[in-house]
Amino acid sequence: MRYIIVLVLIFITYSLNAEEWEDQSIFSSGSTNQTLRILSSTDTSFFEPILKSYLIDNPATKIEYLVTGTASLDKIFRNTPEKYDLVISSAMDLQLKLVNDGFAIKIQDSNHPSWAKWRKSLFAFTIEPAAIVINKRAFANQKIPQSRQDLIKALRSRSKFFQNKLGTYDVRKSGLGYLFATQDARTSETYWRLMEVMGGLGTQLYCCSGDMIDDLISGKIAVAYNVLSSYAGARKKVSDEIEIILPADFPTTMMRTAMVSKLAPNVENAKNFMLHLLKTQLKPADKNNYTLPPLLLKPGQQTIILEPALMTYLDKLKRQTFIKEWERAIIQ
Amino acid sequence: MTNTIRISGSLRNRLMITLISGSAILGIILFFIVRGYATQIAQDGQDNILKASLSSILDAATIQDGLVEVDFPYASLSMLDTDLDDRVFYAIYQDGILLSGYKGLPAPSSLTGETRTFQTIKYKGTFARVANANRILVGERGRIEISVSVAQTQDDLSRTLNSISKNVAVFGAGFFILVAALSYLATSTTINPLMRLAASIKKRGPKDLSPFEKEIPSEMVPLVSSLNRLMGRLDLSLKQSEDFIAEAAHRVRTPLATVRSYADATLQRVSKSENREALRSMVRAIDEASRAASQLLDHAMITFRTDHLQKEYIDLIDLVQDLALRLSPIAEMKDVKILVNYKNPVEIHGDFILIQNAIRNLIDNALKYSPNEAIIKISVGSEPTPYLKIHDGGPGFPPDDIQNLTLRFTRGKNANGIIGSGLGLTIAKDVANAHNGRLEIFNHKKGGACAILSF
Repeated sequence: MRYIIVLVLIFITYSLNAEEWEDQSIFSSGSTNQTLRILSSTDTSFFEPILKSYLIDNPATKIEYLVTGTASLDKIFRNTPEKYDLVISSAMDLQLKLVNDGFAIKIQDSNHPSWAKWRKSLFAFTIEPAAIVINKRAFANQKIPQSRQDLIKALRSRSKFFQNKLGTYDVRKSGLGYLFATQDARTSETYWRLMEVMGGLGTQLYCCSGDMIDDLISGKIAVAYNVLSSYAGARKKVSDEIEIILPADFPTTMMRTAMVSKLAPNVENAKNFMLHLLKTQLKPADKNNYTLPPLLLKPGQQTIILEPALMTYLDKLKRQTFIKEWERAIIQ
Repeated sequence: MTNTIRISGSLRNRLMITLISGSAILGIILFFIVRGYATQIAQDGQDNILKASLSSILDAATIQDGLVEVDFPYASLSMLDTDLDDRVFYAIYQDGILLSGYKGLPAPSSLTGETRTFQTIKYKGTFARVANANRILVGERGRIEISVSVAQTQDDLSRTLNSISKNVAVFGAGFFILVAALSYLATSTTINPLMRLAASIKKRGPKDLSPFEKEIPSEMVPLVSSLNRLMGRLDLSLKQSEDFIAEAAHRVRTPLATVRSYADATLQRVSKSENREALRSMVRAIDEASRAASQLLDHAMITFRTDHLQKEYIDLIDLVQDLALRLSPIAEMKDVKILVNYKNPVEIHGDFILIQNAIRNLIDNALKYSPNEAIIKISVGSEPTPYLKIHDGGPGFPPDDIQNLTLRFTRGKNANGIIGSGLGLTIAKDVANAHNGRLEIFNHKKGGACAILSF
């Protein structure tokens, strides 16, 4: 790191660019001749350590890291796949459909576990459960709910208190939110009951985990459902206001996935970056850095499976039906 | 008899090539048949899963509030997950219009009634197996045809097929090697009786024309029976010609004797010297003819007897002394002495008539070619094998053609004026051969011809 000066340039969303990025950063170490464009739904701060470590080994590369929501990421990439080298997203279903539709190239890797890849094209590199995150003050002297059932009970018993103080993903806007919701609904009816209860109390809908956590810390909401535990964990180190609960009944666990575009301008470089990413993520996390959770399963832990069935809820008719039902439950 | 034999290929090679190429073709056919079956089975497996997926999607189709809903289960696509992560495509049509899913998949032809079809198509740059089916829903606004296509790429299928192909290829090659080895064995077994026949023909003596009596495979019966017939005919014609010669000689001998006696009688009465000379020449010619006839008879007799030897134990010394005694009148006419030397008694096992004949011919020859007052030495011994050696006092064999003298009707160049037929040595040699013995003729270092008959 001493030898390399990393320049981080941050452009805020409202730039001259046609696309509306949540975040747009350029990482380089001076002399550059190749720009790797990474389209990602992961906040820059989480990815920075990996990007920097890659630049140490590849000083001639400049990385342009573009952040947007999972749903818009899918749309942007489908429209212009030739503009981006790598696509990183937490919406496993959308990613899998991209690969199924032939947008990704195959990468030969020897030691990546088979359950964490699909068609040698889509590679999972984190394990991140969805969590219930609460504001501790709202549960002072109260039993902290450990499962969805507990949460339903807690909400019902203090319905006046929780009025308009709940938050979850707007599944219509967030790809990840939709993935969590459909996987929850697939696993248990409890999901619908919770949604009905939350809908009855009035629930704020969010595009992203970050915003939900912000509102939790500020006390605007008391409970957020299906928040990315990795984001919440990172913020918990800064603020002691929140508590992360991994539902005991069934955890919905997502894997962040990456793929190299078939039309990538810098295929070889992108492949190298992918291999670097996978290698890094198979090692236990470095606690001192705010890095991504590694791709290590705890005993008994299960994730959403990378399989063609992920495309089920992306079906137009199924989506219409699901959203209709979801709206009926949560908006009322 | 060195006729060039024209060779057209080898029976063994022909058989081997036919069998091996046959097994190669069989191996290849086997490969394709098994692979074909495997392909069909693997394809059926994929089709069945596609069919199940299709059914689960079709079954989920309902009409709610006049609108088609297809709330198909997660399992519909989940069951299409394969080891090699094959891509999956599907499309749902309502009355032929795409309702949901992938564009460009072949839509099922709108047939009345429910049908299912399978086909392999090229889709999104790869080969995919597509299953189609349709279903009629009856709603308030009438009949609605829902049709569904489900497609899956064939990566996993081709991997399975490749591994099957590899195994079948190994199996086919093994089959081929096994059959090739068996062909070699079979060919050898088939050819062997033929080789044995050839070897046994080769081993036969020159005069053995008896039929083959060993067991032979049925396929060789025509060959061997024609061979036997040929040999029978040959034997018959040989015998006939021998008989003819013997008969002719016999018929000629009696009149010759008559003519000879008349000639002798006439010689007594004729006084004119030129007439006497002519008669003497006549008598000599008659003698020669009658000797030839009798030797021809001897030879025919020997030829017959060599095939049917009547063996007994013979005292060789007795035999020789007896012969010497019998021939002594002729010897005395030329003042020739016959000396018989021996140390121990010598006994041999053989045909008396033949051996007597052979020895008489040899002594006869010695007498004929010896000058007056010569000595003919005959020694008889048993070391290393029983033998008889005759050494005359004559001029010896002409050295140029000594090897040809034992052939029929061959006479030495120095035989002019001596009565003979050229059969004497032939007879002696045939007798020696018939007794597994041999006749050696050579010129002695100190002059004179030498003949050794050994048994």
